Amino acid sequence: MFGKTVKELGDALRRKEFSSTELTTAYLEHSKALNKEVNAFITFDEEQTLAQAKLADEILSTDNATALTGIPIAHKDIWCAKDWITTCGSRMLENFRSPYDAHIIKRFKECGAVTLGKTNMDEFAMGSSNETSWFGNVKNPWDLGRVPGGSSGGSAAAVAADMTPASTGTDTGGSIRQPAALCGISGLKPTYGLVSRYGMIAFASSLDQGGPMAKSAEDLAILLEAMVSFDDKDSTSLEKPTVHYSSMINKSVKGLRIGIPKEYFSDEIAPDIQNGVQDALKEYEKLGAKLVDINLPTSPLSVAAYYVIAPAEASSNLSRFDGVRYGYRAPNYSDLNDMYAKTRAQGFGAEVKRRILIGTYVLSHGYYDAYYLKAQKVRRLISQDFAHAFKTCDMIMSPTTPSTAFKIGEKVSDPVQMYLSDTFTIAANLAGLPAMSIPCGLDRNQLPIGLQLIGNYFDEAGMIAAAHQYQCATDWHLKKPPLHNV
Amino acid sequence: MSLSKQDVKKAADLARIEVTDQEAGDALGPLEKVFALIEEMQQLDTENVEPMAHAQDISTRLRDDIVTEKDQRETLQASAPAVEKGLFLVPKVID
Repeated sequence: MFGKTVKELGDALRRKEFSSTELTTAYLEHSKALNKEVNAFITFDEEQTLAQAKLADEILSTDNATALTGIPIAHKDIWCAKDWITTCGSRMLENFRSPYDAHIIKRFKECGAVTLGKTNMDEFAMGSSNETSWFGNVKNPWDLGRVPGGSSGGSAAAVAADMTPASTGTDTGGSIRQPAALCGISGLKPTYGLVSRYGMIAFASSLDQGGPMAKSAEDLAILLEAMVSFDDKDSTSLEKPTVHYSSMINKSVKGLRIGIPKEYFSDEIAPDIQNGVQDALKEYEKLGAKLVDINLPTSPLSVAAYYVIAPAEASSNLSRFDGVRYGYRAPNYSDLNDMYAKTRAQGFGAEVKRRILIGTYVLSHGYYDAYYLKAQKVRRLISQDFAHAFKTCDMIMSPTTPSTAFKIGEKVSDPVQMYLSDTFTIAANLAGLPAMSIPCGLDRNQLPIGLQLIGNYFDEAGMIAAAHQYQCATDWHLKKPPLHNV
Repeated sequence: MSLSKQDVKKAADLARIEVTDQEAGDALGPLEKVFALIEEMQQLDTENVEPMAHAQDISTRLRDDIVTEKDQRETLQASAPAVEKGLFLVPKVID
């Protein structure tokens, strides 16, 4: 059963080769054993998981089974799931049992999918290495001494180590694509507004977007179909006609104009990544695509603008954690203000506090124009750069990250070095564009290299098809980490 | 720009996060690096550029002001640190 895609497992389930209960039980045992090494999961809840599997088996015995019925899926622990402990990687929510389902959790339930567990993540999704999690860092299955990326690092590592057939993540500045690249899997951040944020614990609301993480582009299409739906509980959810992504994956890339932004191919990128991405682009040319040079002149400032906008929004969003309605409360305090201050000092980790301080500072009296307003203007220019580029190309490709998986501890003392690992992914969030990462090679240390695809608004189908065509012609997405053989 | 320990303590106070003198001092170095990165924006001329507040230029959808959720007080208060008679308990505010 292991090593198979969601597509293959779904077909096998409907052919009754095995039941969802058998599949889920096998994955639970396998994941729990591997989790001692990888630490990709924060919570398993065997009782709830197996109850869902049993329900799925009942649906599988009827004609109502969907592509996801009976498939175990791991959810990033940022998604509220009814009766599941939902921690967001923080001590603040260590014992928080969600009273409701996030919209996407409800959607997966309606499809008959099974929640395998909740995956580890950087605290409140703030991090690029999973080292800020209160529950210990996740290890990269390709090299246990290295980080899996972040913030959806648990979701990425779990797919890479085949601890789950697929998972969900969220992406505010690269949190799906960067760990997907570092763990050698496929991940997609949809157009802002396509996937409901209801029940996703908020980090930076104008940037946050949920998406699927899986072994192949074809699987991303299957998961995305479940995740995309209008939701009146999210005021930024967009009402769009239903798209059957999985029926559109065979679209040829012949004549596709691929934009190559020169700003994303600087000398700072590791040579092996340069080569891996160039080989992928050659493959696309062989498949009939055309490469077009484009410019994204404001993009080098995307990290700077992001580290104003995201912390500003976070400082506001995280004010709800005050020790009153849910979550952690400090044991000793003198009065109400002291309770807030001690609760937040003890409940939040260092990186979360740093970002709240940055956000509070840039929004404070006298600094608003110089930082927040300035960043919003830079954001406009970054967005306009893309609009201009999409006049001459249909899709943009670049490396996902400037380096492959780095060593645990390597960047913890210098936040800016850590922030720069999202240097190629942030611009798509600022503009609200869909973007994905697919594996396109291994470097000299046998670590995965990610190819980033950035599409125009609502072109998820085109991107998934382009990724699928590449995966039909190459086998990088099939490479397994050495851990898999343990 | 240069940040001072006082700036850190003021922001922490506004954000209701307790910091010791030592912690504020330790936070300073990394924060200065972050602000040096942020300052890179200033090199760009943004005169006459319309600020972009959201990922897409859409207006927020409004709904009718009607009750849509059923009463779930007990469920929602189950994870509260302190509750009494259906109310969230906090330290005394007014003597």
